[in-house]
Amino acid sequence: MSIAWHGLLGSIEATEAGLQSAGYIASRPISTAVYLAHHLRKPILVEGPAGVGKTELAKAVSAWLGLSLIRMQCYEGLDESKALYEWKYGKQLLYTQILKDRMGSALGEEPGLEAAMRRLHGVSDLFFSEEFLEPRPLLRALREPGGAVLLIDEVDKADQEFEAFLLELLSDYQVSIPEIGTVQAEVAPIVLLTSNSMRDLGDALKRRCLHLHIGLPDARLEARIIAGRVPDAAEDLRRQLVAFVQQLRTLDLKKLPSVSETIDWARVLVLLHASQLDHALVRETLNVLLKFESDIEAVEPQIAELLLRAKREAVPVR
Amino acid sequence: MTEGPLLDFFRAARGAGLRISPAESIDATRAVQVVGFADRARLKDTLSLVLAKTAEEKQAFAEVFDLFFRRGDYGAAGAGDAPAADRPEAAQPGEGQGGEGQGGEGQGGGGGGEGGGAGSGGDLARMLLANDQAALAAAVERAAQEAGLGNIALFTQVNLFTRRILERMGLQALDRAIAAAPESERGQRLRAGRERLREQVRGFVEQALQLYARGETEAFRERLLRQTRLAAIERRDQERMRRLVRAMARRLATQYGRNRKRDRRGVLDVRRTLRRNMGWEGIPFHVIWKQERIEKPKLVVLCDVSGSVAAVAQFLLLFLYSLNEALAGLHAFAFCGNLVEVSDILESQPIEAAIPAVMERAGYGSSNYGMALGDFAREHLALLDSHTTVVILGDGRGNRTEPRADILATMAERAKQVVWLNPEYRTLWGTGDSDMPRYAPHCRVVAMCSTLDQLERVIGDLLRDGG
Repeated sequence: MSIAWHGLLGSIEATEAGLQSAGYIASRPISTAVYLAHHLRKPILVEGPAGVGKTELAKAVSAWLGLSLIRMQCYEGLDESKALYEWKYGKQLLYTQILKDRMGSALGEEPGLEAAMRRLHGVSDLFFSEEFLEPRPLLRALREPGGAVLLIDEVDKADQEFEAFLLELLSDYQVSIPEIGTVQAEVAPIVLLTSNSMRDLGDALKRRCLHLHIGLPDARLEARIIAGRVPDAAEDLRRQLVAFVQQLRTLDLKKLPSVSETIDWARVLVLLHASQLDHALVRETLNVLLKFESDIEAVEPQIAELLLRAKREAVPVR
Repeated sequence: MTEGPLLDFFRAARGAGLRISPAESIDATRAVQVVGFADRARLKDTLSLVLAKTAEEKQAFAEVFDLFFRRGDYGAAGAGDAPAADRPEAAQPGEGQGGEGQGGEGQGGGGGGEGGGAGSGGDLARMLLANDQAALAAAVERAAQEAGLGNIALFTQVNLFTRRILERMGLQALDRAIAAAPESERGQRLRAGRERLREQVRGFVEQALQLYARGETEAFRERLLRQTRLAAIERRDQERMRRLVRAMARRLATQYGRNRKRDRRGVLDVRRTLRRNMGWEGIPFHVIWKQERIEKPKLVVLCDVSGSVAAVAQFLLLFLYSLNEALAGLHAFAFCGNLVEVSDILESQPIEAAIPAVMERAGYGSSNYGMALGDFAREHLALLDSHTTVVILGDGRGNRTEPRADILATMAERAKQVVWLNPEYRTLWGTGDSDMPRYAPHCRVVAMCSTLDQLERVIGDLLRDGG
């Protein structure tokens, strides 16, 4: 069986170009990871600070390959009845009620209790069959006919037991349901797990995954990302704002601005019809970049200096 | 053939502290088959994805990868520079041999070489004379493999392995060839070549030592440090100790940093049981027990910083301040005579600078436990409530001052518990001016704490039971 999207992942360069066509500027390790994930049939565990595009990567992969994105957000207390499958209890109850009379008449003719039991055994699996199965994200991803992109978001927020439960899925792309049996993926989905390093994940989980660490990008990559995501920003402005954000990241702040903040800021500046950065503009829009009052207070007196340095560095050398 | 270098690399990476399981090495091999060896940057990306699983491991991986493959360049780089400098010479003697009639000697030597290898010096001499760096590099690699260079573990073995490799390359034959004609031009050139080769092999072995043995030496050192008495840690090991303490604290913090719950078996949670079993018309197939929350400990720490205990105090404070996410609150006090609060110093400065500042404030001097406890009772008793654990670090030697164990009793009543950590051996408690036997009855835990291992155990226990 040949799957159309398998052909798209022919080489690492093709992967990089494909991701770019979906609006995601991937550094080389990222495209290598996606390429290997498909060819080795392994999930990718993506770690890195908030806002560097971990979730975005999954969206881009699904958009590029034309696959549906099945997303599962993890949280404390998530269990398999919410992640994998659940029986439709209400429907089961309803059906037993409706079928009560029919059961009576079906069993009525049997002479003894044992015979009735035997008769019952013949039909007993009715209520624990596919009909009454409510698939949750993990099962849906496995049963998607043409494959899918499965995003298990913020897996570090889930309990440790849930990690163990993921192992079967991650290593063999299959899950076991006691009443039905093993469900195997016909087409292995591309699986991405993201983590903000709230806690250390177990070794067993890590061993089954390719481990991709996405850090804050350097100036060149960030400029490319901005060019891709906010095409309306003028060349000058783009260079300056990237240089400014890069400067900010060298300061000792509570939360450093990440790529998503840079993109937001660029959008804001475009909306304000800015073609150059200036002092007043930066001061008014600083709250887009920095999310803590104390950070803003720390940066405000330095704006002029940072701006000067940013403009100096933004002078095109190429 | 492709697996050989990769296996060596795995060993090197393990040496650098990466944990690579057999399953991961299989994955790595498969991954390399997919992407190929040709592009080194790509190879690095690929192996990094499969082998390194944390940010620190990625760092270590990048280092060991560069180190390992720089070594691989040795042959190519050598072949690149050396012939450029030596080629003219290399060409001359070839002609010279023919022209000066040394050829006769050479032939005679060659005959001897066939017999016992005395004159020509064998392949090694030929390679040295031709200055064939690529062949030499290959020969070094081969000899290193035969000599088991991958097993090198200590820097004292460098000479040993250098000699073994040279011998396997045919050093004896070379020596004989040089001895046979010490004054001839050929002999001198061989001698120079031998010295150069010796240097190269030595460098090669040293690099291998760095590659394979670093992790082991480090691990051995750390194991030793964990069991050394904190008071006896040498100055040069301080930085390493701090790293160790931080790593321990991080491990404990990730383990206990989240809110935890524990089942109280036997106490049924009726509401949740009914809800869970709705699917079975309320017949309780799955019972759910009431849970209790394990709270993060709130700590009040009193550290004796007089000479005898100061070394331990510094590590205890470092430990506790690296734990912050696993603790609900932390107040630190230091004393010799008078008690002073030091939380602000420890919070505002990096620990390296903070510890001397604490010492400065609390003063060096002889300890007076009675006075310190009195100070605490007068000014800070309000800190204690039924959720607070008091940790006291000290040897309990008050220099024959009034111990005021009654204040400790009051504190124990107000607080959840009192934990006393004493760096002295248990057998010394109560001897001389030690007041331990008077304090001990008011403490829930009295533990000896003089090494990092003991410190970790005590704090781990505290966190597990929620202080």
